[in-house]
Amino acid sequence: MELWRKLANPWGQEVLIGISWDLMWAALVFGLGFVAVHCVWTYARSNADSGSDPVELEPHSSKGWNLPVKILRHAMSERVFHWLMSVAMIVLLVTAFFPIVGVQFAWVEIHWIAGLVLTATILYHIIHATVWQNFWAMWIDKNDIDAGKLELNNILSNNEEEAPKTGKYPVDHKLFHHAASVAGLLAIATGLLMMLRIDTWFGPAGPDRFFSDAQWGVVYVLHGLGGVGLITLVVTHIYFAVRPDKWWITKSMFFGWITRDDYLKHHDPERWVVGEKEASEQGVASNDSGFTHGEGNSFR
Amino acid sequence: MAIIRDMISGFELFQPTAVDDAIELLSRYGDEGWVLSGGLDSFDWFKDRIKKPAAVVDLGNVKELKGVRTSTDGVEIGAMTTVTEVAKHPHLLENYSILTKAASHIATPQIRNRGTLGGNLSQDTRCWYYRSGWPCYRAGGNVCYAGTPTSMNREHCITGASRCVAVNPSDTAPALIALGAQFVIRGPKGEKVVEAQDYFMSPAVDIQRMTVLKADELLTAIRIPATWSGAGFYYEKMEDRKAWDFALMSVASAIKMSGEIIEDARLAVNGVAPFPVRLEVVESFIKGKEPTDELGMAAGQLALSTTNAQPLRHNAFKLPLMRNLVRRSIRGMEG
Repeated sequence: MELWRKLANPWGQEVLIGISWDLMWAALVFGLGFVAVHCVWTYARSNADSGSDPVELEPHSSKGWNLPVKILRHAMSERVFHWLMSVAMIVLLVTAFFPIVGVQFAWVEIHWIAGLVLTATILYHIIHATVWQNFWAMWIDKNDIDAGKLELNNILSNNEEEAPKTGKYPVDHKLFHHAASVAGLLAIATGLLMMLRIDTWFGPAGPDRFFSDAQWGVVYVLHGLGGVGLITLVVTHIYFAVRPDKWWITKSMFFGWITRDDYLKHHDPERWVVGEKEASEQGVASNDSGFTHGEGNSFR
Repeated sequence: MAIIRDMISGFELFQPTAVDDAIELLSRYGDEGWVLSGGLDSFDWFKDRIKKPAAVVDLGNVKELKGVRTSTDGVEIGAMTTVTEVAKHPHLLENYSILTKAASHIATPQIRNRGTLGGNLSQDTRCWYYRSGWPCYRAGGNVCYAGTPTSMNREHCITGASRCVAVNPSDTAPALIALGAQFVIRGPKGEKVVEAQDYFMSPAVDIQRMTVLKADELLTAIRIPATWSGAGFYYEKMEDRKAWDFALMSVASAIKMSGEIIEDARLAVNGVAPFPVRLEVVESFIKGKEPTDELGMAAGQLALSTTNAQPLRHNAFKLPLMRNLVRRSIRGMEG
């Protein structure tokens, strides 16, 4: 398998042109392989667990929190951002890689326009997360590391030690976010530079601006690496989104909320605070007619 | 131009006698295979050592690809028919003089004797950055050396560019588009027929191919319907010198008259884009009107605006050239 494509420039020097398309297939195989292994592993694990007693949910108010029935996980603005970004990402992947595998169409203009849409959504997300949300909510803290270690240990040694409940975002979500951020920002930054080499709404191509042939080769390689990285990430992301045991999260990306039971089952109310703590902490049931608006995005 | 080294890299030479055998060979070698028809473009590539195929499939012995076959529906020309035969064929001279005129403007008598119609239609672009072996988009690289503000791009395109600004060099392509020709393509999955203008590939779709032919496909024949037989034709090739040169630009028109009025028309230009351009908006515009010089001028201007023609650093002359060629193709047609 080759990693790079190289050609001789007009001065006879061998320069990078871009990544080898073998990497595209490798990324796809890696993503699909991960999905297959995960499917087998979870199936085997569920068979092994089938004889054990089902876990009893604690009453929702047992921690002394007044909680509404529906708990806002993703505000409308976040959902709109997510789906806009998803559409842009899919369009980018299709326009980038389908022509390489033989599905031919005029892809260049669609690709950079989708890239601009993705750039705009990411900029919005960065500003929104920085100004109106807790920027550090995605930060991986000691609790996350401990939980991650425990999960990994459970997988490797087939233990069933219960992992501590998480804040709003489990550590695997945070890791995916950071991986997608690196790959996405790499593709965006290099893609914006590459727009200088083609005719766009913003001006004619200036292919010899800024960098030498060799440096442009590095830009193309980084763009390719970001792109193939996103293939793996998107494949695994879609896989987890459609898994039945993750529907409770996936549905929240459509409707915004999760149920109180799911909240109590998966999250630690101390780490993702969405309700009011009762003064007596005696486990009195809350008013079930409630629906949080906005609290879902506050963190303590 | 690159220095021709006269030292061709080694390759396997196949000389099949049937189309199916040729296709089987091309399927076997894929991107490593090369179709040789007249050899006039191929041997430049080979001697420059820029193209180094593993296998060359010479179509010279495939008889079914040669000859002009006439019928009441029109005419079918085998892709391996020589340009000279096309240019001098009595039936074509009488009914489709636009094609014979275009063919007679190709290169020199020697080249026309050896070159084929299929080869003329399928040949690669003449952009010298590309032909010199520079790693441009068309050669699999990531830059167009001809599109920069300091490039030598006098012969390059004024419309239809997508990263690559090279132009299609075929002289017969605009004539066949004006005649409403269809191209017959055969491959492992069978035969398909495409309209002449759809045979040519935009770099926006595939920047490394000039035509829609895949590695295992052959252009086998060109069918010209009887629809435009005996219509009013105009063909003009503008070049830097009178012989043995590629076109700076060429225009072809086929116009049917009803009295003094244009009843139907087809126009195409080449040398303006990476593919021959059919001017459908202009065709619609001139229908139902008298072919006057005023109409020609308006049509020429319309051709520029509808193709969104924009010059590169050194080819601004192509804008008035295109306008005037379209103008002349309307007022100067010969019935």
